[in-house]
Amino acid sequence: MADPVGYKRAAPSTQPNYLHPAYQSTVKRSPSKKLVMLPHTLTEITGPLLGHDAVGAQDADLTKQHEGEPIGERITVGGRILDEDGRAVPDTLVELWQCNATGRYHHDADQHDAPLDPNFTGAGRVVTDAEGRYQFTTIKPGAYPWRNHYNGWRPAHLHFSVFGRSFLTRLVTQMYFPGDPLLPLDPIFNCVSEPAARDRMICSFELERTVPEFALGYRFDMVLRGRNATPMVG
Amino acid sequence: MAEIPTPSQTVGPFYALGTSWLHTHDLARHATSGERITIAGTVVDGDGKPVPDAFLEIWQANAQGKYAHPDDPQDKPVDQGFSGFGRVPTDKDGSFHFVTIKPGAVPGLGNSLQAPHILVAVFMRGMLRHAYTRIYFSDEATNASDPVLGLVEDVARRNTLVAERVPGKPEYRWDVVMQGERETVFFDA
Repeated sequence: MADPVGYKRAAPSTQPNYLHPAYQSTVKRSPSKKLVMLPHTLTEITGPLLGHDAVGAQDADLTKQHEGEPIGERITVGGRILDEDGRAVPDTLVELWQCNATGRYHHDADQHDAPLDPNFTGAGRVVTDAEGRYQFTTIKPGAYPWRNHYNGWRPAHLHFSVFGRSFLTRLVTQMYFPGDPLLPLDPIFNCVSEPAARDRMICSFELERTVPEFALGYRFDMVLRGRNATPMVG
Repeated sequence: MAEIPTPSQTVGPFYALGTSWLHTHDLARHATSGERITIAGTVVDGDGKPVPDAFLEIWQANAQGKYAHPDDPQDKPVDQGFSGFGRVPTDKDGSFHFVTIKPGAVPGLGNSLQAPHILVAVFMRGMLRHAYTRIYFSDEATNASDPVLGLVEDVARRNTLVAERVPGKPEYRWDVVMQGERETVFFDA
């Protein structure tokens, strides 16, 4: 069997280190020994292809999961899943979870003193189309406090999880909103040293995605790892 | 012009909201062939404290050593009832367990053969990016010649990648230790 074509490895400044002391929980949860360089074998370049049979048509609309309408500002968020070379990633699962408009998660572990919304759970999923496009309708999440440091507040964000074509393209990230004054203060957003990489995590307002009389639209493209150039057959 | 990949961010403490629909303890419930095994262990942090808010994602070949993926060119049968993928959460005490099919050997680079193994991605609050590791099996003699295990220079640390068979049972013990003396080997994938 010919060796499979591997995936590109990220420049260190464009992805977080495991240890990032400003985010305190990393201190005891980051590998302390040097990572072992893993070649990209058949194991790594394959991966789960999930979605079409598991995802329902309603799963992409987080405002229609209960009897009533959730409170808050309705938004549509979508874009394309691409690889580093700008190629679309079709038929791939995108998962979303978030807090509600008050900054409270529908989760037992969230002790923030802000109201739950009986009409908002905050979870959705969708599979990209043939051009790598996806879109959700949801509620703009609120900021919320956390105890990482004195008077710490997380900027409003959506959690996204994407699979891509292999186990190496797996991405879990967070999407932030443009102009949020909390961004310069947030240790999680600022875990990446390269500003252009950080900017990847900020969506942009898009009039074309805005639904008249209904919801503002935001564009959020996500870029997964790309493959190395195919080796010359010698 | 190459685009910068989107940076990874932590799954945070509330990931179950979005991930639990795929949580499972049995990857093999529809599998038609192969040995059903259980792998169980605990995820612990740098203080040795259990991590209750972690999950593992599992990726593996079937009993014949075939991946359910179009980029696997091997002429071997796919088991339609076994995808080889699972998402396994830790419990309040940091423990996890899952039932799966023991994978077959798969090709490595340069016409080598890899011992049976499972690829694992570890996610938790406090990890800004997931960590990759592998599970091998203590009752596989081919571990000794596995090209990836051989990359771990500290020979004693290779054992952190090997799940220990429980005598007389189709069960293995394998822990994820984030830091310290018994730290699991994690890969730069």
